[in-house]
Amino acid sequence: MKRAVERHLNILEFTLASLLRRRAKNLSLLAMYLLVIFMLASLLFFVSALKREAAIILNDAPDMIVQRLMAGRQDLIPAGYAAEIAAIRGVTAVRPRLWGYYYDALNGANYTIIAGDAPTSAPGRATVGAGVAKARNLAVGDLLPLTSYDRAPVMLEIGTIFPSGSDLVAADLIVVSSADFHQLFNFPGGQATDLAVTVRNPRELPTVAAKIASQFPDSRPILKSEIQRTYQSIFDWRGGMTLIVLVSSLLSFIIFSWDKATGLSAEERKEIGILKSIGWETSDVLLLKFWEGIAVSLTAFLLGTVLAYGHVFFLSAPLFAQALKGWSVIYPRFQLVPVVDAYQLALLFFLTVVPYTTATVIPCWRAATIDPDAAMRY
Amino acid sequence: MRRSLQFLLFTAVNLTIFLLLPLHARHAQSGGYAKLQSAQLRSLHVTDLCLATEARYTRHPAMADRHAPFQEHPLALEHFPSGSLILPPLQHREKP
Amino acid sequence: MIELSNITKSFNSGKPNQFTAVDNVTLAVKPGEITVFKGPSGSGKTSLLTVIGCMARPTSGRIFLRGVAAAVPFQHGGLEEVEITSLPERFLNEIRRSTFGFIFQQFNLVKGITVLENVMLPAYPTGEGRGEFRARALNLLEQFSIARLAGQRVDLLSGGELQRVAIARSLINNPSIIIADEPTAHLDSKLSRDFMAIVGRLKGEGKSVLIASHDPIVFDSPFVDTLVEMRDGAVVASRSCR
Repeated sequence: MKRAVERHLNILEFTLASLLRRRAKNLSLLAMYLLVIFMLASLLFFVSALKREAAIILNDAPDMIVQRLMAGRQDLIPAGYAAEIAAIRGVTAVRPRLWGYYYDALNGANYTIIAGDAPTSAPGRATVGAGVAKARNLAVGDLLPLTSYDRAPVMLEIGTIFPSGSDLVAADLIVVSSADFHQLFNFPGGQATDLAVTVRNPRELPTVAAKIASQFPDSRPILKSEIQRTYQSIFDWRGGMTLIVLVSSLLSFIIFSWDKATGLSAEERKEIGILKSIGWETSDVLLLKFWEGIAVSLTAFLLGTVLAYGHVFFLSAPLFAQALKGWSVIYPRFQLVPVVDAYQLALLFFLTVVPYTTATVIPCWRAATIDPDAAMRY
Repeated sequence: MRRSLQFLLFTAVNLTIFLLLPLHARHAQSGGYAKLQSAQLRSLHVTDLCLATEARYTRHPAMADRHAPFQEHPLALEHFPSGSLILPPLQHREKP
Repeated sequence: MIELSNITKSFNSGKPNQFTAVDNVTLAVKPGEITVFKGPSGSGKTSLLTVIGCMARPTSGRIFLRGVAAAVPFQHGGLEEVEITSLPERFLNEIRRSTFGFIFQQFNLVKGITVLENVMLPAYPTGEGRGEFRARALNLLEQFSIARLAGQRVDLLSGGELQRVAIARSLINNPSIIIADEPTAHLDSKLSRDFMAIVGRLKGEGKSVLIASHDPIVFDSPFVDTLVEMRDGAVVASRSCR
């Protein structure tokens, strides 16, 4: 037992010594490997945390949204629809929603403006998201000047600013009173952007949706489950952004390990011959190569994962911010609640550490089985 | 200390931190998300996440129109990169 | 005592380019002596040494080791004689590691690592504690007066220093037999004589030394006990120099 441990330690010792020989080469190799793992793990952490928060937030979404379509575009829905929908069996409440977009010419940002309920949104007052407050440099009590449809100024006093912790839903929100909303956009009375429908029994949702669709052929019901599925598909690792990054980094990784696997240099071959000639067995040489693969890949995997965790959950994923931000002026700060998906990390392990180690050991197999006397004949 | 032991120790430390990650995540989850759920936000019946604000179909993917990508402007074919990262809503891909 | 009986070693057997390097050699090498295999290149010296040193198996014939068989696990009981040609690979390796030390014509040191590590290299897979063989390696470096080079990489050494490192490495596992293949081919006359002096000292410590060489400094050296002359794979003459 002790001998076996000593053998491992000794061979590991030589592995490290020989890795350190080509210090620059091997350190850059490790750095590149670390970067691949870091990016992949960051992405996995980022996406699974977003997925979880989306699930929690969308749990509070309305059971159903009813939109009206006109000429293939979403149009305002008459408030009269609300009363008729409310009369359908199983519907407990219908709430017209007033919301829209406001383009801020000052800084090029898009805001989402929502008309809130009376108690929280008094006329002349607004509640804004942290992103808006930051973009316009606002504090509670400040005046936010907006421009109405006819270029008349509308001054709103900031009542509350949503905490930045709620950025994921509220970064670009401006919540105003219905009166201000109508004034701002010349929004016609008796109309709504869409209707939020609450249904008593969630199992009746499809029936209710079918009834609405047949009663109002120009309407389009969107179920809560469809909203949730939209987000699941955005964050699904098989689709969208995850797949692109995953496939591209795995491809580059495969090319790189392939290059490494096939490129057993003459010098390495000679070295293996020397080791064999001075009494190393084939299994010793393979153990050496195994440790070589492990030393690089396990270090890269563990360090990369830990760094990615810090990057996403402590630093709010600054590297992905750029990619998601795109043209947006307002960008939410992702203060994500940490999520560790063991399955995905295991997948990452088996897609990186295992193939790399194999790619290090396998090409040496042939070289390691040469006769020990080959070294005598150089 | 021997180099091999140094390496093993280093790996052990890494492994420990790595194994602590799920514990940290669980701890953070147990007290973390009430902040998202303020009463006022809940009363707004939010349907979408604020991920990217530059276009209608990236700000409200679940609410976007059937032909959303063509709606902004005849020349604005695509918003890069968020437009290529966020897929059209699922229900619009499944139904004709 | 090493006893060879009807050893033949051929390469590419069965093919048109078959070639017999060692042809039916029967020989006894006495322990604690210096035996030199002399002959022109291509006479089968190196092939014979690889066969004796358990690096390669002979095509036919048998080799007996007497009094050096400690490493073979199932023969601890008392068998004094081991027939090594029929042993499985694992035991052959074990014997090679514990019984033989090798000095190669090109020295075969591993570039980029230190002298000390090169000397310790053969001991790594034995499972011996590092502290023990490290002390032994330092002691050997001391003996060959190259202790000051211990931390230096082998790439920077001179020919004579390389030679000493190679000798030290061959001794790290305490072998009873040293095998050297053309050890003086890359040395000048003075260094060659130094080498023979070292070999003489090893003999004094009870080691058997087998040298393949066509260098007169080696086979005319006063330390040599037995001279085996080879030509075309066969032993032409074998005489004691004492």
